[in-house]
Amino acid sequence: MTNEELKDFIVKLAPEATFTENKQMVVAIIPSNQLFSVVKQLKESSTTKFDFLVSLTGVDFNPGLGVVYHLESTELKHIICLKTSTEDRVNPKLDSIVSLYLAAELQEREVFDFLGISFNNHPDMRRLFLDDEWKGYPLRKDYVDTVNVIDLIK
Amino acid sequence: MVDADIKEKLDTVEEYLINMGPQHPSTHGVLRLVVNLRGEIVKDLKPYCGYIHRGIEKMCERNTYPQIIHLTDRLDYLSAHINNEAVCLLVEGALDVEVPERAKYIRTIMAELTRLASHQLWWSVMGMDLGALTTFFYGLRDREHILDIFEENCGTRLLVSYNCPGGVMYDIKPDFQKKVKEFITYFKTKLPEYEKLLSGNVIFQQRTKGTGLLTKEEVIAYGVTGPSGRGSGFACDVRKKNPYSAYDKVQFNEIIRTEGDSLARYKVRMDEMRESMSIIEQLIDNIPEGDFATKMKPIIKLPIGEYYQRVEACRGEFGVYVESRGEKNPYRIKFRSPNFANLSALDYMSRNEKIADLVAIMSSLDLVIPDIDR
Amino acid sequence: MWLYDFAELTSKIHAGLAGSLGEGLLTTTIEMSLVGIVFLTFYAVLGLFLVYMERKVCAFFQCRLGPNRVGIFGLLQTIADFIKLLMKELITVKSADQFLFNVAPFIVIIASMLAMGALPFAKGLQAMDFDIGILYVMATSSLGVLGILLAGWSSNNKYSLIGAMRSGAQIVSYELSVGLSLMTIVVLAGTMQFSEIIAGQESAWFIFRGHVPAFIAFIVFIVASTAETNRGPFDLAEAESELTAGFHTEYSGIKFALFFLSEFMNMFLVCAIAATVFFGGWMPLHVPGLAGFNHVMDFIPPVVWFFGKTFTLIFLMMWFKWTFPRLRIDQLLTLEWKFLLPISLVNILIMALCVLNHWYF
Repeated sequence: MTNEELKDFIVKLAPEATFTENKQMVVAIIPSNQLFSVVKQLKESSTTKFDFLVSLTGVDFNPGLGVVYHLESTELKHIICLKTSTEDRVNPKLDSIVSLYLAAELQEREVFDFLGISFNNHPDMRRLFLDDEWKGYPLRKDYVDTVNVIDLIK
Repeated sequence: MVDADIKEKLDTVEEYLINMGPQHPSTHGVLRLVVNLRGEIVKDLKPYCGYIHRGIEKMCERNTYPQIIHLTDRLDYLSAHINNEAVCLLVEGALDVEVPERAKYIRTIMAELTRLASHQLWWSVMGMDLGALTTFFYGLRDREHILDIFEENCGTRLLVSYNCPGGVMYDIKPDFQKKVKEFITYFKTKLPEYEKLLSGNVIFQQRTKGTGLLTKEEVIAYGVTGPSGRGSGFACDVRKKNPYSAYDKVQFNEIIRTEGDSLARYKVRMDEMRESMSIIEQLIDNIPEGDFATKMKPIIKLPIGEYYQRVEACRGEFGVYVESRGEKNPYRIKFRSPNFANLSALDYMSRNEKIADLVAIMSSLDLVIPDIDR
Repeated sequence: MWLYDFAELTSKIHAGLAGSLGEGLLTTTIEMSLVGIVFLTFYAVLGLFLVYMERKVCAFFQCRLGPNRVGIFGLLQTIADFIKLLMKELITVKSADQFLFNVAPFIVIIASMLAMGALPFAKGLQAMDFDIGILYVMATSSLGVLGILLAGWSSNNKYSLIGAMRSGAQIVSYELSVGLSLMTIVVLAGTMQFSEIIAGQESAWFIFRGHVPAFIAFIVFIVASTAETNRGPFDLAEAESELTAGFHTEYSGIKFALFFLSEFMNMFLVCAIAATVFFGGWMPLHVPGLAGFNHVMDFIPPVVWFFGKTFTLIFLMMWFKWTFPRLRIDQLLTLEWKFLLPISLVNILIMALCVLNHWYF
C-alpha cells in the first residue's frame, strides 16, 4: 500500500487521527483510547498485514507522555509509525499490545521503567533495568537526580 | 533477589530454581537468568537485565550528533562499525547529504570485516561453551588479523569510531587493500578447518539439532532478526530490503534456513562468513578515487521531525529512531537493539529443553548483553 | 636379555630382613611400609608429571606454548602450583557435614591407590599378584564413586548434589562396559591374574591375537573408561562451569588438589590396565616367527615398554578431551545403555566362540 492509501485506511479506523510530515513513512497520531483497535486492524486486515513490531519507544512529549510504535509488514513490505500519548503525568496508563505482538512484552516493561507509563493488560508490569525500589523515571524531562546524573547542559 | 511471587508459584516438591549469572562463563556478559527447573527440564526462564545499564539514551540527549557516534560503539561492541554507520546514515538522510562513492565502499568493506570478526568470535565461544575448548584459540587467532587491519587503519582494534557524518574520518592506508586481500586468502583456507573441527562433529550435531526451535511466525512475533531469524525462515536482511552504502552494487545471497533449531542458526552464520568474504572480494579492488568525506557544517542540527534508520548489524536489525526539535542534540533518541528482541524469545525457546541445551541455545542466539541493557 | 626378574631383588630384600629380624610381624610391617613409601612417592611424582603433560599437550593442540618459565621447559611448574595450593586457606563450610566433607577426597585417593597396587610395572615389580587381579582392580576402582557421592552430599549445596548425582550415575553405568570388555580378554587369556595375562602375550599382544573381538573390546574399553574417569567428552559433571562447578564446588586448597590429582591418577590407572591387558604390559612387541626382530625388541627395558604404552594411551585420552565438545547427560547414558552394553555383550559371545574353535593366533 502506498502512504496515501495507508493514511486513508487509518482515518477510516480512527477519524480523529492526525498526521505529521515525514518523507520516510506515514506518521499517525492516534488517541490513546483507539490505539489498540487501530493496531489490531492494521495487523489483521489482509490489505495491510502489519505483523512485525520493529520498535516500541517511550517518549516524553512535554507536556504529555507517550509511545511511538514502528510497524512493518513482512509480506507487503510497507512500514508505518504510530504515536499515542496521554496527558496524565501522575499515573499514565495506556493499552498494552502484548496480545498482538509478543515482542512488546519486554519493550513495554522498559517504557514503564524509564517513563512510568503503565500498560493495561500487560502480564508482568514491573521494572526491567532499574531496581524495584528506584524512585522516579529517568527518561522524563523533569527528572532530577543530583547523585547519578551530571547535568552539563543547564 | 528473586521475587516472592516466583517462589510461590513453584511446585516445591518437584521444581526448583537455579540462578545463572550475572557472573557466569557462558552468558556472554552480565545477564542474570532465573531458571525454573523440574529435574533436568526447564519449565520457565526469567531474565533480569540492567547490570550494565549505562543510560546511553539519556546521555545522548545532551550530546551532539558526532558525539553520539562514539556512544553507539559501546552498545553491541562487536558490530561497532555498523552501529556508527547507522547514526551517520540517519544524519546524512535527514540533511540530504550525498556521501562520496569512495566513502560508501570503504564503509561497506569495514562493515563486512566487522561482521567476519564478530562471527569468528561467536564461533570460538560457541565451541567453548559446548566443551570443545580448542575452538576458542583457533577462532581468536584468526580474528587477530582483522583486528590488526582495524588498528592500522582506524587507530583502535574494537571500538572504531571511523565513520562520521559525511563519510569516514580519514582515508584508508596505502596497504589496506593488500592486507585485506591477504587476509581473505588466508581465511579461506581456515574456514574448512572450522567446519571439520566443529560442524562435522557428531557430538556437536547431536547437541544442537532439534533444540531451541522457533517457527517463522514466532520469530516474527518476537521480532527476532539477523542470523537467528534467518535460521527460521524469516527473510529479514536489511541489506537486501533497504540497501544502503554500497550494498546495491554487490551480488550476495541471503542465507535462509527453515529448520529453526540451533544447528540451523549455526549454519546460517557459517555461510554468512563466506558471503561476507565474497562481498569484500567484489569491492576491494574497485574502490573509486575521490573524497573520503563530504564537508559538513561544524554544528549539525537536524530539522524538526522523526527519523528512523535501520542497518544490518551482526546480530540483527539495528535501528536508530531520532525525534529532533531543531537543536544540535536530539530530543529523544532510541536504539532498537537486535539482542533485546532475541532475548525476549529465549524464554519461549528453552521451555521443555534440558538445562545443558540452554547453554547451546544461548550461544546459538549470540547475545551481547551491553546491547540489551544500553 | 633385559627381562630381569624383579622377584630376585624382592626376595633378596626379604631374605635380608628375615635373617636379621626373624620372620615375624616386624619384618612384614617394615616391608609393607617400604612398599607404601615407594608407592606414595611414585604416586606424587607421577601426578606432578601428568598435570604438566596435560598442560603442555593442551597448549600444543591450541597452537600455543604452555608453561615454559618455571624450570627448563616449565618442568617445575606443577611443583610451584602444588606449593601454592598447600598455602591456600581451607574454607570450612559451616552447614556441611564436617566428617563426610573431610573424608570424601581421601576415599577417592585411597581407591585409586589400592587399584594401582595390582599393576605390573615389570616382571616381578608388582605389589600384589592376586589370582583374581582384574576383579580386584575393578572392585577397588569402583570405590571412588563413594567419594564423589559423599562430596556432593556433604557440601549441603544443591548444585554439588546435582553434579554428584550425575557423576555417580555416569560412573556406575560405564562400569558395566568396562567390566565386560575386560572379561572379553579374560576369556581369551583364560586367567584373571595379571602376571599370567602378560605371560600369555609373549608370542604376540592380545589385541593382535584376539583380532576382531579384542579390537572391539579395546574401543569399548577406551570409551567407557574415559567416561569412568569423568574425562574428555564425558566431563559434564565437573566442567559444569556451564551451570555449576560440580561436586567439588565447596572444596578449596589441598582437598581440591586431592580430587584433581585423583582424576589424573585414575586416568593413568585406566590406561595402564589397557596397556597391560590389550597391549602386553611390559612385554616387548614380539612378532611370531621373526626371532631376530624379537631379539632386538627385547633389548628395550620392560619398564620403558610399560610406560611408553601407557603414556601413548594417556596422550590419546588427552587428545579426545581437547578436540570434542561435551556430551549431554542423557546422550551419555544413551550411549552406554543402548550402544556400548549390547556391543560388549555380543562381543563376549564372539570371543567365546573364537576361543572354543581356536580361531585365534
